[in-house]
Amino acid sequence: MRHTISLLVENEFGVLSRIAGLFSGRGFNIESLCVAESLDPTISTMTIVTTGNDAILEQILKQLNKLINVIKVVDFKDIDYVSREMILVKVNAEEKTRAEILRIVEIFRGKVIDVSSRTYTVMITGDEDKLGAFLNLIKPLGIKELVRTGPIAMARGERMLKIKEKTEMKEESNG
Amino acid sequence: MKRTGAQIFVESLKAQGIDTIFCYPGGATLNITDALTDISQIRQVVVRHEQAAVHAADGYARASGKVGVALVTSGPGATNTVTGIATAYMDSIPMVVFSCQVNTMLIGNDAFQEADIVGITRPCTKHSYLVRDVKDLARIIKEAFHIAESGRPGPVLVDIPKDVSSALHDFKYPERVHIRSYQPTYIGHSGQIKKAMRLILHAKRPVLYTGGGVISSNASIELTRLAEVLSIPVTNTLMGLGGIPGDHPLFLGMLGMHGTYAANMAITESDLIIAMGARFDDRATGKTDEFAPHAKIIHVDIDPTSISKNIKVDIPIVGDTRNVLMHMLKIVEDEKDTYKQHHHNVAEWIEKIKQWKKNYPLTYQKNSTLKPQYVIERVFGLTKGKAIITTEVGQNQMWTAQFFKFLKPRTCLTSGGLGTMGYGFPAAIGAQVAFPGSLVIDIAGDGSIQMNIQELATAVQYSLPVKVVILNNGFLGMVRQWQELFYEKRYTWTHLHSPDFVKVAEAYGAVGLRINEEKDVDRILKQAFKNNRPTFIDVHVSPDECVYPMVPAGASLKEMLLV
Repeated sequence: MRHTISLLVENEFGVLSRIAGLFSGRGFNIESLCVAESLDPTISTMTIVTTGNDAILEQILKQLNKLINVIKVVDFKDIDYVSREMILVKVNAEEKTRAEILRIVEIFRGKVIDVSSRTYTVMITGDEDKLGAFLNLIKPLGIKELVRTGPIAMARGERMLKIKEKTEMKEESNG
Repeated sequence: MKRTGAQIFVESLKAQGIDTIFCYPGGATLNITDALTDISQIRQVVVRHEQAAVHAADGYARASGKVGVALVTSGPGATNTVTGIATAYMDSIPMVVFSCQVNTMLIGNDAFQEADIVGITRPCTKHSYLVRDVKDLARIIKEAFHIAESGRPGPVLVDIPKDVSSALHDFKYPERVHIRSYQPTYIGHSGQIKKAMRLILHAKRPVLYTGGGVISSNASIELTRLAEVLSIPVTNTLMGLGGIPGDHPLFLGMLGMHGTYAANMAITESDLIIAMGARFDDRATGKTDEFAPHAKIIHVDIDPTSISKNIKVDIPIVGDTRNVLMHMLKIVEDEKDTYKQHHHNVAEWIEKIKQWKKNYPLTYQKNSTLKPQYVIERVFGLTKGKAIITTEVGQNQMWTAQFFKFLKPRTCLTSGGLGTMGYGFPAAIGAQVAFPGSLVIDIAGDGSIQMNIQELATAVQYSLPVKVVILNNGFLGMVRQWQELFYEKRYTWTHLHSPDFVKVAEAYGAVGLRINEEKDVDRILKQAFKNNRPTFIDVHVSPDECVYPMVPAGASLKEMLLV
């Protein structure tokens, strides 16, 4: 099963390699990983999309928590959340398809951010379904290049990733 | 007053109360080496290979319970520590390894004797630091020791570039550590403990299965007490030996691949396993699907990642083993009348175990040849268990685990998780440094001892009267055993030529003794234990002896090959 995990980590050099190394060393999957500074400049937020059964996920979460530089780990499995990804697509823009592309981009509320005589570079954000639908429509017109950020995620409503001190998987120990 | 990084390093160690370091110099250590000149509060034991510095720090830590410290130079000095660090990591041994590094400016330039040791050791350290600014040095040292010894202990590496050790800064050792992202759970959840105690109360065939966590949290008194007040038999992992006295009536012996019949059968037929500070390693569990098939499992461990990793448990309790045991004892004390009936509940079980122990004891076939098991029995007999024992890895290690009855915690020093040949001798040196007055014995094989034999020079130089009992069978015995049992006796690579160990010892300035026959064992061992010098005892034992019982790899615990 696919899971989206958010992490708060110390914004220090070497932290990313610890996390990437943990996944590769223990044979866990990373589908995507996004990381950047958070509101607090001493902390980075990381969003990881991974796959695995319940036992593997339990290990992933525990092992991440065990890393000294990891402040907080949240699996969005049972949390209502929003998630967005951005893609940049360079598409063939021939005389006869230019209008079609623009129409599709507009429907998906994307933007053409660069133009050449034969290409459009389109930026579009959304969840996985939306991006998938867009790419399906645009594919027949000829995609030359595609870059995706991988999703970033946030809980809905008032819920936040708080920097409460790490308390080694309290829920788990409560059974 | 400004001090150099090297002076800050020395002052930090002093403030931390460090009395011993195991070290080896090189270009990058020189600032620190020089700053340690005439510093008598810190004993500096210079080894002959960096791997041995780390194993010695490890042996020092296991025997004393204090944090072991090693210091090495950059590049090859640092990479030589990797095996030692991985050994300590697998066995959760508190240790700080200081590696020196090339100048900050040169890092990443493939400079002479440069290695990315932080990167190389990342998967086998609890944490690591590269000190990039001298102003951080004291804080990092303080944090490193805190991380190494708190929670589930482990090795921490601190990499100090040469320009950092020469840079000037004020010295102030922090009084406290605060790491917002690191707060181990020591106190077990009381609701979970209550649930566990209810299960224990109603169990008819309970077994305490305990590991290195009992040793590292100094919980052996509490463990023994709980076993006694509730009449629960105890089995230990290799790492847990000494957690309950080896001659205790409730002790089943070690479990697992070379565990006793009683221990493995007790696990198999149990209805409640109480795991304490153990991690369900494959050598202990055998085939996991058939591990304790009738049992509920309670698991107490300070490291949440150990829980439900290999075996799904019913009641997880995250906490310090000793703390949880004390809590359990309190419950038994408070509800004395309720728990009285427990002895009655388990009477039949205890009887059954007694029969197993009687009918299938650890044994070996005695004949005219000198048996390695006999030698270990005599080491135990002559020392009455009052010795710190280290082992190498392989048959020597398993026979020691079986035939030396460890009476106290911190007397069995062995590389359990990583299984590092060459561990025992330098670890014995470390233990001897920690306890100069104790008898420290490395039970070795003729293969393993050669992996760090150069440390004879260290033992002689510092007058460390370590005894090395070499069970010399002319083979890498454990691998040979597998070849005999599973590879149709093709002894490829395992028949090794060894030097004359007596002459080797003498050449280094140590004592070399030899035993060829059973009748000489007591006399020569006594002679060795009495003298006050490092001593090799080259014991020529039967070459084709195997370790039994044995559970073949991947089989379930009840499928034991007996003698």
